[in-house]
Parts: sequence; structure tokens; C-alpha cells
Amino acid sequence: MSNLISERVADFLRRYPPFEELTALDLERLSLEVEIMYKEKGGYVFREGEDTHPHFYVVNKGAVDLRRTETGEMVDICDEGDIFGLRPLMAGDQYRLEARAREESILYAIPIESFRPYVTTYEEVGNFLIESFASNTRNPYSKEHAGVLVSGEAVAAKRAPARFSELLPVIPTKRIVSCNPETPVWEVAALMTEKNVGSVLILKEGLPVGIITDKDLRNQVVVGRHPISAPASEVMTHPVLTYPQRLTITQAQLAMMKHDISHLCLTEDGTPDSPVTGILTKYDLMLALGNNPEVLMRAIKRTRKIKSLKPLRGQIAHLLQGYLEHNLPMSIVMKIITELNDACVKRVIALSLKKEGPAPVGFAWLSMGSQGRGEQLLQTDQDNALVFEPVAAQKLEATRSYFLNLAERVTRGLRSIGFEYCPADMMASNPEWCLSLDAWKEKVGGWIQNPGADQVLLSSIFFDYNLTYGKSEPVRELSEFIFEQVGEHPAFCGHLASGALQNPSPTGFFRQFLVEQDGKHKDFFDIKKRALMPLTDAARVLILSHRIKGINGTAERFEKLAELEPNNRELFLSCSYATKALLKFRTKQGLRHGDSGRFIALDGLSKEEKVKLKRTFKTIKEVQELLAIRFKIATFPI
Amino acid sequence: MKSKANKGGSRWNPARWWTARSRPDEEDKPLEALRFVVLDTETTGLDPERDRMLSIGAVRVHGGRILVKEALELYLQQEHFNRKSVPIHGILREGTHPRIAEAEALRLLTDYTGDSLIVGHHINFDKAILQRGLYRQGMQPLRNTCLDTGLLYQNTLLKTPLLRKKEFYSLDDLARRFDLPRTDRHTALGDAYLTAMALLHILDLLKGKGIHTRKQLLKAGRVG
Repeated sequence: MSNLISERVADFLRRYPPFEELTALDLERLSLEVEIMYKEKGGYVFREGEDTHPHFYVVNKGAVDLRRTETGEMVDICDEGDIFGLRPLMAGDQYRLEARAREESILYAIPIESFRPYVTTYEEVGNFLIESFASNTRNPYSKEHAGVLVSGEAVAAKRAPARFSELLPVIPTKRIVSCNPETPVWEVAALMTEKNVGSVLILKEGLPVGIITDKDLRNQVVVGRHPISAPASEVMTHPVLTYPQRLTITQAQLAMMKHDISHLCLTEDGTPDSPVTGILTKYDLMLALGNNPEVLMRAIKRTRKIKSLKPLRGQIAHLLQGYLEHNLPMSIVMKIITELNDACVKRVIALSLKKEGPAPVGFAWLSMGSQGRGEQLLQTDQDNALVFEPVAAQKLEATRSYFLNLAERVTRGLRSIGFEYCPADMMASNPEWCLSLDAWKEKVGGWIQNPGADQVLLSSIFFDYNLTYGKSEPVRELSEFIFEQVGEHPAFCGHLASGALQNPSPTGFFRQFLVEQDGKHKDFFDIKKRALMPLTDAARVLILSHRIKGINGTAERFEKLAELEPNNRELFLSCSYATKALLKFRTKQGLRHGDSGRFIALDGLSKEEKVKLKRTFKTIKEVQELLAIRFKIATFPI
Repeated sequence: MKSKANKGGSRWNPARWWTARSRPDEEDKPLEALRFVVLDTETTGLDPERDRMLSIGAVRVHGGRILVKEALELYLQQEHFNRKSVPIHGILREGTHPRIAEAEALRLLTDYTGDSLIVGHHINFDKAILQRGLYRQGMQPLRNTCLDTGLLYQNTLLKTPLLRKKEFYSLDDLARRFDLPRTDRHTALGDAYLTAMALLHILDLLKGKGIHTRKQLLKAGRVG
């Protein structure tokens, strides 16, 4: 007996080993026994040391992390169709790993008692299990790790990619192949062939005096300038350019470019007068550079399926982590990461357009909020809007429905690669946010002319828009319209400013942190609402009142303001600094906890971190006071 | 149809059920411990008085899991037949599924639901047409507490003036929001399953809104 649900379960399982081996009837029977469960992001399926469940699990949708609890070491990431938690059941063991949902996931729990008979009756199923267990043990990372069951290549492919590495120290080849100045060239060549290297160092009393590369052999010997019996000293390139062992990858690249060489000789103190410690080749560098923004960018542009952007987004997160660990300037980090995120969004739109067919008129896809400001470092919500060029009235409905369909496809695609839906539905797939240029003008004009609380809030989100994809003309026209309107309705800035002062204060009367009172994040500090938003809002209204276009980033806006108002220079520069510091803080927190970093557990912070945070609060207070005075807002308690 | 509720000998009994519900520990039961039956009916039309059930689908959700084996799928014999609904449901009068009489189907269903919370998308309609059928067959009306996933979903949404909430979120809206496959739409069990999947997502979102107990859940999504 089967039912509609068990048929769907069977349809899914049939696509993956070892279930593909089962006969239709057996699979039908097994599917009937399945329990379907939902795990929220971060939810535990089982914990290390826990007694085994009567089920093992197959990922139907989403992904599950398998880690060692103590070290947090990631052993494997299981995604669609992967089995986990089976080996301890077969071995009658405890769970040796913890399994947590990496993202919202749907799992099939299969009772081991229903599955066990097939292990013996089907040779292929048994073999599959043996092979998977074995290939896992072969893998140094998952030695003795019970609970994992995926094929060997999959494990290798899914292993976390190398971190961002331009600033990492280079890892030179330690195995140095060397000879004396007197060694005949043919012997040198034989040595190179034997050791399978492209260069040999010529050492005299342990110090490098020259180097012979493949190129030297070609240019000096093969062309007939020297006989093969000539001593190495006559053929070698000298003096050797030596470098210190603590070289970053970028430095090494520069050195190779500058001297047009492909091998660097590293010595103890960087001079030719100290012993050689290693050789660094171009190949070593290329290996290390497996993960850099350029490579990622190229990969993003080459994707043919939205789905394949997802792992790249993971690599972007790794890149970000590397940047932060190496304390790169926040403004550069933001630019690079924003570019990469933007490229992903662009790619999703381009791929969706291909499916949906060409657009009937020109349009622009706008990113709003943090993405529009270029401050979206972590995977947070998507806020977007769509504006299309005016069309004739009779074509309006058809045009709108085309763009709504397109937007629906894009937002769904974005969600599938980790941009969550906007909880307030501010997305281009919402008919309110997918309008013709004229309709947008009318809408935005309405906000500016009658600024109530809602209109101010809407403006504050919308006005940070940035063109992500499509034509720039409608966007420019809209921007000009906004500035015109703001000029005609000076009261609007006042409302916007008073909106900016509505944000709750970060600290209480006794300068203690104010934490959330209830809800999911009770007792957490909301860094977005209490610290970042006041700055963002202040920058927006000030820059708008100066009628400056085209600067969207909060930090950049403050820098511009510092330039425009020399008397407030100090304050604005410290605002800019505070913004960057807070963003960095939030990003680090987010990476540490695998979330948006918005809610911070105060007891997890060091004393130093708390002091740093509090220092930014003083700046926030000062800029709020400035707003209150400038825009004559009486209600703000100074 | 064997069900866990029956093992305890608690075939649905209104008197027992009322006493059980008023116990305070029952009120404070965490969401994970609640028993839900998610159901959907396919009907000949939208008028509970005139139209009839074509099929009933139901799944059990317990401990955050959907038990595949215990899914219920009933096809009813038809006297009343509305040709217009065939293209939607794909149920023809002489379908391939074995059909049973309405009385038998309703008996199986009430056995199945026991004292579980009944959940459905826009459950008021399903409830009305079920009650009508029970009345027709001279059976006791359903007394189970009913929850509406449409209403529950409303409660997961952000409370902000910026979000113009729809008055009515369709099952397709929910499927889109939670990225659920819509392959078996407009079959009773397919819709019940889709609703059950949506329920699992919604329950998690509700926890984020501070809803952890039976009492709080009923406040958020109880109908009728």
C-alpha cells in the first residue's frame, strides 16, 4: 500500500544511491515508513555523544553540517540526497558528531529496522555502504568519524575552500634542489629531471650564488652557447635575487612581475648572505590564489544555473572572513564584497531574463537598504524594487505582469542562493514595488509632499537605492525628480531628521547597554537598530539636505559631509569611523555565529569589545544632537 | 486505519476531550508535544449546503514530523455531481480509486483525528462541509479545536505599517513563501501535505514571535 506522499518520497529517494538500487516495490515499502521533518537553521538533528535514534536521515532540502562539538571542526556538509547518521546505527554506537541544519532543511527520517533487511538482500546496497564508510575513513578529515555517509569525491568537492590568501605568508617549497658551481650542466639537467623541478639553486658554502632554470638551459646550452659539459657557474643566472622567508603572496607576485622571473629564492634574512630556506615558484602562487576576488568574479559570470552561485557565495563569505582577520581597511572590504554580491544578483537577473524572455521595455533593478548602500557584507535580507520605462496605457497591464513574473523569478532565485525574503515584502515581486517610472514618481512625490511616519520610514529605505541591473536613465530621472521635490518641500528633511532621531538609544541612564525586552532576541543587543541605523539615517538626511547625489555608503557620506562642513569635520569623520567600526563588528559577530550578526549576546563580548562599542555611542549621540538643532526638532531630549 | 490515538483507547469522545483541554498542563504543552491532524477536502463546489465532498486527505504531524505511513486518503462515492469542478480536481465520477460511502469516510476520519488539533488552510470551509456531512449522516459534529494556517501565517508576518498584509493568503502564496513543490496541488492529500509542510515552517516562525505553548498557539490561529 502506498499513498501520494510516500510516492513523492520514493520519487526523491530513487534519484540517489543506494536507494536507486531498490526495486520499485521495496522502495515503495520503505518510503511508507519515512517520517518527514523540518529543521530550522541551526536546529540540532542529533548531538555528539547522544544515544542513537531509531532513524537515519536523508536530506530532502537544505543542508546539514556535521561537526565535532568540541573543536567546531567541520567534518562534512550534507546536501540534497546525502545520507547521514547511519553508521552509528549499523555499528550500534553513539553519535560521534553533531548534526545541525546549516540552513532551513527538510529531512527524511528512515527507520533503521525497515532499512536493514535491504543491506543484506541487495549486494549493491551493502557494497555502497562499505565503500562510503571506507572512503570516509580514508579521508584524513573524517577519520573514525561515524555518521557520515557520502561518496568520496563529494567529500573532497565540498570541503571548505581555501581562505583568502593574498596577505597570507607564502608557503615555499621546502625541498631545495641544489648543486655546486662546478657541477657540469648535463648533471644539473639530469638532477632536474630526476627531481621533477624547474630550477636548481647553485650553492657555494651553503649560500646561494646562482640559479639555473629550464629557461637558462634552453637559452644558454641548447642554442649552443655552452657545451653540456660546462660548469654550472657559467650557465647560471647570478646574482640570485633573494627575499625574506616571511613574504606575503602579493609581495611575491610583485617581485616576480618586477624582475620577470618565475622562481624566488628565500633566505633566512632575505639577503644572499644567509642560508636558503626555500624556493617559491609561480605555480605555488597560483595554487595559493585559488580563492581571490578576481577568480570568484570570473566564476560568477560564468555560471549557467542560479543554483551554482550558491557555493560561490560560500566562498565570498570565506574571503570576507580572511579580509577581516587580516584587518584590511573596511572601506576596501565593503567595496570588494559588495561588488561580488552585486555580481551574484546581476547574474541571477540575467539568468532569469533568459528564461522569462526579453523585457518589453527598458527597466532598472534597484537594490535598496543595506545592499543599495553597499554595506551588505553578510547574507541578509533582500530589499529591491523595479522601475520600468513608461508604456502606453493599453500595454501597461501586460508590461506590469511581465515584470512581476520576472521579479518573482529573480527573488526566488536570490532566496535560493541565500538572500532571505524581506520580511516587510519590500521586493520587486510585490506589485507596490514594481512600477513604471511615472508611477514611482507619483508614489515618491506623495511621500515627500505628505510626510507621515510611514512615508518617512519608506523614504528612508527607498532613498538608498542603487542600480544593480538594467538601464540607468530611469534611475537618473527618478533621482532628479526626488531632489527637485525635496527642494520644493523643505519640510521633508525635517521629518526625515526627526525620523532619524526615533531610533532607540543604545545605552541607558547608567551607560549600560540596553537590550531587547522580549521576543526571540530577548536580552540581546540589537546593533543594527540601536547603533547602525541612527548613523545611516543621519547621513541620509544630511546628504539629502546638501543635495549630493550618487553617494550611497554611510561612511562615504560622512566623509563627504566632513568636506562640505569644515566646522563639523571632526564629528563627521568620527561618524564615518564609527560606521565602519560597527559594520566590522557586526560582520565579525555574524561570521562567528553564522547569522546576520544583528543581535549580539553581551556576555560573549570581551571587555575591550564593549569599550569599543561604547565609544561609538558617544559619536551617535553627538550627531543626533546636531540633527535636532539643525532641523529644529524640539522633542529630542538633549 | 490504525493510529496512535487509538492505541490509548481514546477514540474521539467529546466529554473526555473537554476535560482534557481544561487541564492547565494541557494549556502549557509545548508545540512539539502537540498532535495535529492536517486535513483538506476536495469538493464539488464552494457551497457547504449544496456541495459534496469528493475526497478527504489528512496527515498527522507530531513532534515536528509528518508520518508518511499514517496519511489518510479517502475517496467518496458520489450522488451529487458538479461537472464544473472536474477540471480543477481531476476527480471524475468514476475514478480509479476505490470509493466508499460518505458515512464510512466520515467515521474513518473522526477515528483518525481523535482529539488532535485539526489544522487546514482556510479550515472554516472544510469544517463547514464536514459538519454538514456529519449532520447528514446523523453523526456527532466535530468538536476538535481547529487552526487555520492562513491565520497562523498572518501572525508570523512583521508588524509594520510598511507591510500591506493581504487579507487572504492562498496555499500557493504559502508554497511560494516556503519554497514548497506544488506538484500535487488540488488533490486532497497533496494539499493536506503541502499545508502540513507549511505548518512546520510556520510553527518555527511563531516560536520566533514568542509563541511556545498550546494556549498561545490557539490564540494565534484558532477559528470557529
